[in-house]
Amino acid sequence: MIPLGHYLVVSAILFAIGTAGVFLRRNLITILLSIEIMLNAVNLSFVAFGRSHGTVDGQIITFFVMTVAAAEAAVGLAIVIALFRHRESLNPDAFTSLKW
Amino acid sequence: MEQATLRFVIQLGIIGLTFFMLINASALLVLAERKIMGFMQQRYGPYLVGPHGLLQPLADILKLLFKEELRPKGADKWLFTLAPIVSVTAAFAAFAAVPWGAETTFFGLLDTPVKLGVADVNVAVLVVFAITSMGVYGIVLAGWSSNSKYSLLGGLRSSAQMISYELAYATALASVIMLAGSLSLRSVVDAQAGYWFGFIPRWYLFLQPIGFIIYVIAGVAETNRAPFDFPEAEQELVAGYNTEYSSVRFALFPQAEYINMTTMSAVATDLYLGGWHGPLLERWGLGWVWFLMKVGLILFAYIWVRWTVPRYRYDQLMQFGWKWLFPASVLNLIATAGFILYFDA
Amino acid sequence: MPDTVLFYVFSAVAVGASLLVIGQRNPMYSIMLLIASFGALSALYIQLDAPFVAMAQIIVYAGAIMVLFLFVVMLLNAPHEDAAQWDRAHPLRHPGVTRFGALLATLLTVQLVWALLRMSDAGAAVGARGDVSELTSVRSLGRVLFTDYMFAFEATSVLILVAMVGAVVLAARQEQR
Repeated sequence: MIPLGHYLVVSAILFAIGTAGVFLRRNLITILLSIEIMLNAVNLSFVAFGRSHGTVDGQIITFFVMTVAAAEAAVGLAIVIALFRHRESLNPDAFTSLKW
Repeated sequence: MEQATLRFVIQLGIIGLTFFMLINASALLVLAERKIMGFMQQRYGPYLVGPHGLLQPLADILKLLFKEELRPKGADKWLFTLAPIVSVTAAFAAFAAVPWGAETTFFGLLDTPVKLGVADVNVAVLVVFAITSMGVYGIVLAGWSSNSKYSLLGGLRSSAQMISYELAYATALASVIMLAGSLSLRSVVDAQAGYWFGFIPRWYLFLQPIGFIIYVIAGVAETNRAPFDFPEAEQELVAGYNTEYSSVRFALFPQAEYINMTTMSAVATDLYLGGWHGPLLERWGLGWVWFLMKVGLILFAYIWVRWTVPRYRYDQLMQFGWKWLFPASVLNLIATAGFILYFDA
Repeated sequence: MPDTVLFYVFSAVAVGASLLVIGQRNPMYSIMLLIASFGALSALYIQLDAPFVAMAQIIVYAGAIMVLFLFVVMLLNAPHEDAAQWDRAHPLRHPGVTRFGALLATLLTVQLVWALLRMSDAGAAVGARGDVSELTSVRSLGRVLFTDYMFAFEATSVLILVAMVGAVVLAARQEQR
């Protein structure tokens, strides 16, 4: 049997990887992918906690996180498309100046 | 040999047999398609290689194996090879959750019966749906990594079509699941055992005729078969997403398509046609013969439709999927829910 | 014993694939690696007696959201992180800065692990409590979803509608005035 702590360690590592990706990468798509990694890490810890308490609530919350992640990915990618049309670049630093 | 190892060996044998039968199915479908097409066009199909052309698939495969393995210069090195692998793996893996026979003890060889099917998952319907939706990646990656405009267009169109028809597919599935009360395919089949009035089998085909039609249409669109095969139409797009492929990598795409057809037919049989239940043969543990016959019937219908009706244009295809099929399946779902509440309350 | 081996294998795949995701230059490769990571996570969910969530992960995340990402990357046709002329002197291009960032990420991991493992039941086996058949059955999931979490369910459906409309509006091509 695997202790709960092991799942939490995996979740923490994935979350840190996602955070590093958001801060260190200069490509909008990769930043969005790193946000998805973070959300998945959180999902894993929810399901692990739900299982350790013996209830089904962890899985339910995971649904909602997945749904919100889907909505956020859709809107985020639409924004990326709109941004790309103006500057032809996926680099977030191309959008730092206020002149549009 | 003690029971535990015997069981293990028999289960391994069942897995191997299922895999072997799937490969045979794809080979036989190559031949069946050309023979049936030939007979419908009032000519013989292939008949030279082997008796009645039965060894024709072997000749086809040998020819493909001996062709030169090409890779276009601008093609992405990893993704070009990964695409057919993803297609074929998803196709085979989806059949793992499909049961194809009742429990059997092999005429008393085993103490406890073993289920005929690779795995008995309690969310089998979802597993099949999930893995077939991974098959989209094979096509999208093939289209993109070939670095050619025909391939890209074909790949994008094909994957957009597959995703659109997944909605109607899933909603039709949901209607059957509501009737059966379980997501496990084995439970759905077992809920269809028995007869009404002694002679009408309790198939969900009779309770959900519209659902069956929606499911079959969505299944045909999912597997990119005619009349929904615009993305790989020879006349319009050269060969769509597999234009730049040759030899083994090419051979894997039609194989994946035929295995997807077989999986769709098998799931349709389990959900709507009562799986392996039928008169007489079950008494001797031969329910799987009924299963094979029903799957064969649906596969024949697949091939029949392909060579009978003309092809949909791409925008007509997408309109049909979103404006007609999906609302019809949602209405079917609501009607089924109302029906269940009314009659079981 | 085979459970533990499988856990380590899937965790290694998930963590390794995620590391590669943030290290790739080509977003297409990142997306495929992330799909592999999601597959490994789905296997971990099955080990946690949550088969429905595992399949939902494949259907929703790996099968729909990642396809959306793939379409956007293909349609934008900007497959490489472009280092424009003005960007070559960016501080993040300096290798030292990236290494410092990796160090900070490791520090974050250590802190999170320390905080999470201080819980009282972090050492208990995760499968100990609860009736497994109740947890894996979709019926009980549905019952709880539509009674206790009904408001969240309805709010989420409105959220999806808003996201759909928003995505279409944002990505639509502006007409020439």
